[in-house]
Amino acid sequence: EGCGYLGSIKAAILIQRWYRCYMARLEMRRQYALSIFQSIEYAEEQAQLQLSSFFTFMLDHFTHLNETDTGKDKKKFNMKIPRTIEVPDSYHGPRLSFPLTVADTNSLLHAFKDQQHLHARYVLQLLHETKKLLKQMPNIIHLSTSYSKEITICGDLHGKLDDLLLIFYKNGLPSEENPYLFNGDFVDRGENSIEILIILFAFLLVYPNHLHLNRGNHEDHIMNLRYGFTKEVMKKYRSHSKKILNLLQDVYSWLPLATVIDSKVLIVHGGISDTTDLDFLNLFKRNKHMCLLHDGVNSGPLLEAQYLESNVRMPSVPSELTAKEWKQVVDILWSDPKNQNGCTPNKVRGGGCYFGPDVTARLLKRYNLKMLIRSHECKQEGYEISHDGQVITIFSASNYYEDGSNRGAYLKLNPDLIPRFVQYQVSKCTRKQTLHQRYIEWSALKSLREKLYSRRSELIAAFRQYDPNYTGRISATEWASAVESVLHLDLPWRTLRSRLVQLAPDGSVEYLSCFNDLEIEPVQPALVETLYRYRTDLEIIFNIIDKDHSGLISIEEFRQTWKLFNSHLKIDIDDESIDNLARSIDFNKDGSIDFNEFLEAFHVKEGTAW
Amino acid sequence: VFDHECNKTVDVREIGTIIRSLGCCPSEGELHDMLAEVEEEEPTGYIRLEKFLPMMTKVLMERRYRPIPEDVLLRAFEVLDANKCGHLTKEELVKYMTEEGEPFTQEEMEEMLSAAVDPETNTVRYRDYITMMVVDEN
Repeated sequence: EGCGYLGSIKAAILIQRWYRCYMARLEMRRQYALSIFQSIEYAEEQAQLQLSSFFTFMLDHFTHLNETDTGKDKKKFNMKIPRTIEVPDSYHGPRLSFPLTVADTNSLLHAFKDQQHLHARYVLQLLHETKKLLKQMPNIIHLSTSYSKEITICGDLHGKLDDLLLIFYKNGLPSEENPYLFNGDFVDRGENSIEILIILFAFLLVYPNHLHLNRGNHEDHIMNLRYGFTKEVMKKYRSHSKKILNLLQDVYSWLPLATVIDSKVLIVHGGISDTTDLDFLNLFKRNKHMCLLHDGVNSGPLLEAQYLESNVRMPSVPSELTAKEWKQVVDILWSDPKNQNGCTPNKVRGGGCYFGPDVTARLLKRYNLKMLIRSHECKQEGYEISHDGQVITIFSASNYYEDGSNRGAYLKLNPDLIPRFVQYQVSKCTRKQTLHQRYIEWSALKSLREKLYSRRSELIAAFRQYDPNYTGRISATEWASAVESVLHLDLPWRTLRSRLVQLAPDGSVEYLSCFNDLEIEPVQPALVETLYRYRTDLEIIFNIIDKDHSGLISIEEFRQTWKLFNSHLKIDIDDESIDNLARSIDFNKDGSIDFNEFLEAFHVKEGTAW
Repeated sequence: VFDHECNKTVDVREIGTIIRSLGCCPSEGELHDMLAEVEEEEPTGYIRLEKFLPMMTKVLMERRYRPIPEDVLLRAFEVLDANKCGHLTKEELVKYMTEEGEPFTQEEMEEMLSAAVDPETNTVRYRDYITMMVVDEN
């Protein structure tokens, strides 16, 4: 090295070499961070499906226990227009007047940008009118691009109002000249699901022929229980939340299932399967389908349990749908494309299929279609083209997993049916790219460590299989197999190992070290672990029981619910431990538990190592 | 991480990323040579694990293409810093990276600039830049 021209070339090559290596390692970390988020998300969806009948039972049972209105009254209420709810003069939010006009949609957008809420009375009216309109629509909507120049198609929004506002800013508001289609999953996860629904439904009422909606797998009340929408509504609307959520269930069931543009482009939320029958889908009564996770076909054994002075039976609540109807709908709302040929059940999500390019080709040919547009999966760039251009995935919630994790996108379809993609990313901070990446990765690994912790006992048992002499160490390969056998997340464990656990100088894994950095206030370790694992579900149950949203439930209710939960999941915690726990949580000994305090006790505190 | 079809193959375009994330730091030319060793006679666009593994094992055992130590990197920047003022201008960096050696693509250049350029002075204070990148790796 040294002087002159030759020196500078060598220096340049060196820097370029170094930089490319650095970027490659960054890319690798980005990929596995994203795959961690994704696999945890899908595994949770699967767990959700397993608990769906239990939650439905809880919902139905509690409606019966704590209120005097029976199922019949509930129906009657939904028919009435909610004129009886008074809007106080102190309310400064938007006041809607039906039929809606552009003035209303403008005032809604304005209000939501200012973080205001729409009063429950207007929400209910809006939902009511929306349901009336949706009822007139067929299961599969047929559109034509002949009038307008282009139609804009958006994917999952998941309660991210900033993304919707950004789309409207970049692409203009919906109107006769600017039609839109939103392909499902408007709610859950983000903080403004209800605001998004309000905006979309309001535009639907103003421009019924130019604003279109497809149902997504999250337009389902059981999904909403777990993924945050129910909680959002309960928090924002308190005593009116139950009415709103009930009416919303009806609205969901009337959302169209699919859209076809120019008889050439099929748009559904998830995908297809090898048995997808569009003619059948168009004909059956879609609103029978109150809840998609209600697997009426799966009638498991009846569970009997003691509950608050009565014997209750937990049936698998029968759905009114036939097996075929249920499968057809679940397939289009839950399926994902894959690269290999064939059609296999989507075990990761627990519903729908993985469909290959051959399945796509056959379906497109059968119905004389040109392509399939779908959403349902988060994509780094906001969109992805697969199956040789026949399948497009469009995803509109940027930063879905974490700030900076992905871009969002929408596509514009012109009369030639050639898609044009527009990408964007909402960002609240201007962190440099490298630091951003670090944060996303840290966040993904934190979720993963929590998952490891929640299965601690099983993992340790699996590790010990390879370590009969209790040396505390096993090989990397053994560690990877053990972890996968317990967690079933299908992640690149060997690659991740250095981030999750301590390694001995010879490369072997000190398997207990992955539990070291997390501190949890110990009550009873085994109980803690179980509670920790199920804390989301417990929270859901708690929200169901806590009718007046006071944050408190009685100890007796807690005890009984936990026992029910126990027997449904076949967990092995004895009654005495539960009683001790209940007593220890009731700090002021007044017979009621503040659930938020309870959850705080199980909040995972990271050690300073990270 | 890259075997998307779960059939022990990866897309040939990802081989560079894979090799580099295993701790090797080859130049583009060296990468090209490695690729030639593992590609099929009739390039399919995919690389098979069974061909890749022996080649990669050998490379790792021979400790070829070792990563560049921090001080060597620093000296490389210093060579480019003709005036020895402790920084490069944005234009100088762009010129070297896109015209000399194994030139960057526009995308690579933009990405490097986004992290390397100090927005207040519009220069590349390379010592700080290197320190920041090295910390991030660990």
